[in-house]
Amino acid sequence: MGDHHHGPAKGLSRWLFTTNHKDIGTMYLWFSFCMFILGGTFAMIIRAELFQPGMQLVEPEFFNQMTTLHGLVMVFGAIMPSFVGLANWMIPLMIGAPDMALPRMNNWSFWILPPTFLLLASTLFMEGGAPQAGWTFYAPLSTTYAGPSVTYFIFCIHVLGLSSIMGSINIIATVMNMRAPGMTYMKMPLFVWTWLITAFLLVAVMPVLAGAVTMMLMDVHFGTSFFSAAGGGDPVLFQHVFWFFGHPEVYIIILPAFGVVSQIIPAFSRKPLFGYDSMVYATASIAFLSFIVWAHHMYTVGMPVSGELFFMYATMLIAVPTGVKVFNWVSTMWRGALTFETPMLFSIGFLVLFTIGGFTGLMLSIAPSDFQYHDSYFVVAHFHYVMVAGAVFSMTAAVYYWLPKWCGRMYNETMGKTHFWISFIGFNLTFFPQHFVGLAGMPRRIPDYALQFADFNMMSSIGAFIYGASQILWLYNIIATIVAGEKIDKPKVWDGAEGLEWTVPTPAPYHTFETPPKIDPAHAHS
Amino acid sequence: MVFKAKRLSKLALGPVLLLMSVFAMAAGGEVSDINMSPGVTEVGHKIYDLHMWILGISTVIGLLVFGVMFYSIYYHRKSRGVTPATFHESTKVEIAWTVVPFLILLAMAVPATTTLLEIYDNDDAELDVVVTGYQWKWKYEYLSEDGENVSFFSNLRTPQAEIDNTEAKGEHYLLEVDEPLVLPVDTKVRFLVTANDVIHSWWVPQLAVKRDAIPGFINEVWTNATEEGVYRGQCAELCGRNHGFMPIVVNVVSKEEYAEWLAGKQQEAAEIKELMAQTFTLDQLMERGKAVYDVNCLACHGANGEGGVGLPIAGSPVATGDIGHHLDVGINGVPGTAMQAFGGQLNDVDMAAVITYQRNAFGNNMGDTIQPIDVYNHKKG
Amino acid sequence: MFRLSDKPVINTVANLVTVAVCMFAFVFVVMVPLYNVLCDALGINGKTSGQSYTAVQAQVDESRTVTIQFIANNNEGMPWEFAPSTTVMKVHPGAVNGTVFLARNPMPNAMVAQAIPSVSPSRAAQYFHKTECFCFNQQPLDGESEAELPLQFIVDQDLPRDIGTITLSYTIFDVTDMVGAAVVAR
Repeated sequence: MGDHHHGPAKGLSRWLFTTNHKDIGTMYLWFSFCMFILGGTFAMIIRAELFQPGMQLVEPEFFNQMTTLHGLVMVFGAIMPSFVGLANWMIPLMIGAPDMALPRMNNWSFWILPPTFLLLASTLFMEGGAPQAGWTFYAPLSTTYAGPSVTYFIFCIHVLGLSSIMGSINIIATVMNMRAPGMTYMKMPLFVWTWLITAFLLVAVMPVLAGAVTMMLMDVHFGTSFFSAAGGGDPVLFQHVFWFFGHPEVYIIILPAFGVVSQIIPAFSRKPLFGYDSMVYATASIAFLSFIVWAHHMYTVGMPVSGELFFMYATMLIAVPTGVKVFNWVSTMWRGALTFETPMLFSIGFLVLFTIGGFTGLMLSIAPSDFQYHDSYFVVAHFHYVMVAGAVFSMTAAVYYWLPKWCGRMYNETMGKTHFWISFIGFNLTFFPQHFVGLAGMPRRIPDYALQFADFNMMSSIGAFIYGASQILWLYNIIATIVAGEKIDKPKVWDGAEGLEWTVPTPAPYHTFETPPKIDPAHAHS
Repeated sequence: MVFKAKRLSKLALGPVLLLMSVFAMAAGGEVSDINMSPGVTEVGHKIYDLHMWILGISTVIGLLVFGVMFYSIYYHRKSRGVTPATFHESTKVEIAWTVVPFLILLAMAVPATTTLLEIYDNDDAELDVVVTGYQWKWKYEYLSEDGENVSFFSNLRTPQAEIDNTEAKGEHYLLEVDEPLVLPVDTKVRFLVTANDVIHSWWVPQLAVKRDAIPGFINEVWTNATEEGVYRGQCAELCGRNHGFMPIVVNVVSKEEYAEWLAGKQQEAAEIKELMAQTFTLDQLMERGKAVYDVNCLACHGANGEGGVGLPIAGSPVATGDIGHHLDVGINGVPGTAMQAFGGQLNDVDMAAVITYQRNAFGNNMGDTIQPIDVYNHKKG
Repeated sequence: MFRLSDKPVINTVANLVTVAVCMFAFVFVVMVPLYNVLCDALGINGKTSGQSYTAVQAQVDESRTVTIQFIANNNEGMPWEFAPSTTVMKVHPGAVNGTVFLARNPMPNAMVAQAIPSVSPSRAAQYFHKTECFCFNQQPLDGESEAELPLQFIVDQDLPRDIGTITLSYTIFDVTDMVGAAVVAR
C-alpha cells in the first residue's frame, strides 16, 4: 500500500498491474469497444452476403461461423464487458467508495478476457473453422457434429464465465461493504441497484453455462451421453440447461441498461426519477421471473401442453414490471424541463425502441403464435431491438454522459447528435424490415433466401452499413474529445445531474473518496 | 390535402402501417410480404387472429405511451421556459399501472390458451406421415396398415447455377423440391417428426405447423388444410452448412387426386422392384445417373465432379478404382466424414445408375457398369 | 480500501463463491436427474421407462381397442436394416402383447446397436408398459447376420379414453465405438 497516494505508474505496467478501478474500468470499456467493432465486422459480412439473393461472398459454413461469432462476441465480448467497465468506473464513485472491494481480483477478471477472445477469434483460422452452431450452440450440432474448434470454444466459455463471476463477486462485495456512511440501500443510485441485482444473476447462472459446456466437453471427449439419445441422453436437455442460463443472461444484459437510463433521463428532465422504489422492486421481480421462463425459447420442441401454458403465463407476467419501468421513465419526463443533449437523445431512443422490442417480446410469449414466429427473422428483429437499441444505445448514452467526467473534456455535441440520428435511422432501417420478412416466413440463420424477401433484406443491409459507419463517427468523437476536447473543470458537468460522482473534481482524480463523503440524511436517493 | 395525407402516411408508425396493409390484404390464403399469413387451416386463422389481437393491443398501448412521451418532449422543453415539477411518486398511479396491464394480459391469455389446447389436440388423425429431417433434406413416409409404406426423400431442386448467380433465378428460388409432400384436402393429417442426425425444424407457415425434429425422438403435430394448393416452407432450426437449402413443399390436392397419387407411388415402388431384375445399357444408366447425381451428389462434389465440400470425383481413386469399393462407399458412406450412407436413401436402380455415371462421366471413362442386381447383392452381402 | 482483516468482505466473497459452486453442482446433481424424472413422469419426448415393467395382475379391457403403430428409424451412419415385423396392431388395454422387430447387419464386421424408444402422443408414454424390450440393452450383431428383436408390452387400462392410437418409434444408433471390445466379441 506504499504507493497508495501516488498517481498512476508510467507506461505499460500501469495497465498490466493496475488495481485502480478507474484504470480497469477504462480498459474494460476500450476492450469492449474493440469487440463491438469486431462483432460489428462479422455483422457487416453477414449483411453483405444477405444484400441480394444467391451466394456472392462467402460459403455457407463461413456464414454460419459469422452468425455464431457475431452473437458470442457481441454478447460476451462487447455488451457484458462494457457494462462491467461502467460498473468499475461508476459504482465506487456513486456510493462514495475509494475503490472496488477486491482490486487485485478486479485486475485478473479483466486481463483474462483479451487472450480468451484472441483464442476464440483464432478458431476462424483452424482446420474446420470456428464454431458454427449458432451462439446458442444446440447439441448435437455443437457436439457430435462439431469441428475440432469446439474444445477451444468450451475453454473460452469457461474463462469468460470465470471472469464474469469474479467481476460480479467484486461488485456485490463493493456494494454491500463499501458504501459511504449514510448511503443506505434505498439511497443508492438506480444504476448501482440494477448492477447489484445483475451481479447476483451472474453469480447464479454463469456456473450453469459452465455446467452446460462441461457436459458438452464430456460428451465430445469422455464418452458420456448427456445430450446424445444413443447413450440414454437427450439433446433437448441441452436446450433446457442453456436457456436456464440464457434467459437470465438476457436480463443481465438489459438491467444495467435500465440503470443507466434511470440516471440520465432525470438529469436532462431536471426532475427526480419517478417511482424510485417501484423501479427497484420491478428490477428485482424481473430478475426473479427470469428464472422461471426459460422454456419460452423452446416452445416448438414438443413440451407437454401443461409446460407450454406455465411458461407462457410466466413470460407474459414479465410485461408487468417492464411496463412499470417504461411508465416511470415517461412520468419522469412529464412536466420536467427537458433538454436534448446526446445522452438524452440516446436514452429516448432507448425508451422508444426498447418498448417496441418489449411489445414484440410479449407477442413472442404467446405460445400458439410463437409457433409461427419461432426461429424466424421476427425473433432476430425482436432481440436486436432489445439488445442493440436496449443495451448498446444505453451504453452509448452512458459514454456521452460520463465521458466529460472521465477525461475532463467535453465531446463535440453536434457530432454526438449526428451520431445519434444516423444510428437511429440506420438501426431502424436494419431491423424494422426484419419483422416483416420474419412474419412472411423467412427463417433465421440462412445464408440465402427466397426472392420475395429480397427488397427488405436489401434495406436491412443498407441500414446495417449506415449503422456500422455511424460507430466510426462515435469512435472519432471519443478520441477527439480525449485528445483535444474543450476543457471542462466544474464538478457538475450537467446542470440537472445528481449523485456523488458529480461532487468530485472534473476530470475525476486517480483516487477519489479516500475519506468517505458525507451523505445528507435528508437528501433522497439520487 | 392529398399532399399532406401522403406525408402523414410516410410518418406513420410501422405497426400502424402493418395493420392497415393487412386489412388491405383481403384474400385469405394469400401469402403476405409483410405479415403473418392466416394460411389455409382453421388453426392458422386462429393463430393469425391471436397475432393481430396482441399486435393491436400493443400498438394502442404503444401509441398512448409514446403520445404522452412526445407531448412531454414538445411541451415540457426547457427552451420553452418551463420550471420542472418536483413530484416523484404516486402510489395510486403506480398501483393502477401495475393492475391494468395485468388485466390486459388476462385478455390475451384466454384466447392464447384455447388456441394452444386446440393445437395440442392430436387425436383422430386420418393420415399419419413420418417426417424425418436429414442433413439437408426431408424424408416423408406415409404409414399404412398393410405395411407397404410409401416413402421418399424430398431434395432442393433449385440448380446450383442459380445459387451461384450464373443463371437467372426461378420464381420459387430455394423453395422448390424434386418431390413434394402430397396431402389430401380437408383431412386431419398427423405428422410424426423426427431427425436422422441433428435437430431440424419442419415449418410450413401456411399450414401453421412448426415442430422440431429431434434425433432419437418423435414429436407430433397436425394440420388440416381446407384449400388445395402448393404451400412452401423451410427448415427453421440451424442444422449445419445447408440449413438454408432444405425447403419443404406441400401439395394439397383433392382426395381423389391424392388416392390416385398414392396408387401411382405404390405402383412406382412395384416398378422399381421390376426394374431391379432388368439389365440396363451404359447409356440408360448414364442418363438416369446424371439426374440422380445432380440432386444427391452435386452440392458437395460439384457439377463437373470437381469437388467442393466433398472430394473430387473426376479422376478420383474411388471412381476410377475397384468397382466394388466404389459401390460400397456409395451405399455405406465413409464414417467420420461428410460422405453419408446413401444405401437407405436411393433405391437400387438409382444407386446403380449414379455409380455408373460417376465412373464414366467427368473424363473418368471407366467403361464399366453396375446393375441394380449388383447393388441388391452388395446390400445383402 | 479492502484489507485482509476486512471480515465482512471476506464473508460476502465466501458466500458468493459458495453460491457459484452450488449452481455449478446444481446442473449435474439436480437439473439432469430432475429432467429425467420429469421426462418419465410427463412423457417428455415420448420417453418410456428404461426399466422392465413388472406386470401387475390386471383385467383385460375387452371392450376397448387401441391401435398401436410401429415405426423404425436409423440414425445417421447406422447401416443396419431395421423394421417392425408388423406395422400396426390392435390391442386391448391390460393384455400382454408381443411383436418383433427385424434387424440385419449388412456390414462384414460385428456391430452393437442401441434402440431408443419414443412414444407419441407423449402423454401416452406413461401408460405404455414394456415387459420385455430389446431397447433395454445394447444389441450386438455379428457381421452379415440377422436377428429378431422381441418386444412385449401392456397398454394400461387407465389410458385416457381420448387416445385411440399410440405410435411407438424406435431409432437405432450405432454404439459400437461406445462399448468395450468385449461386448462386440460376445
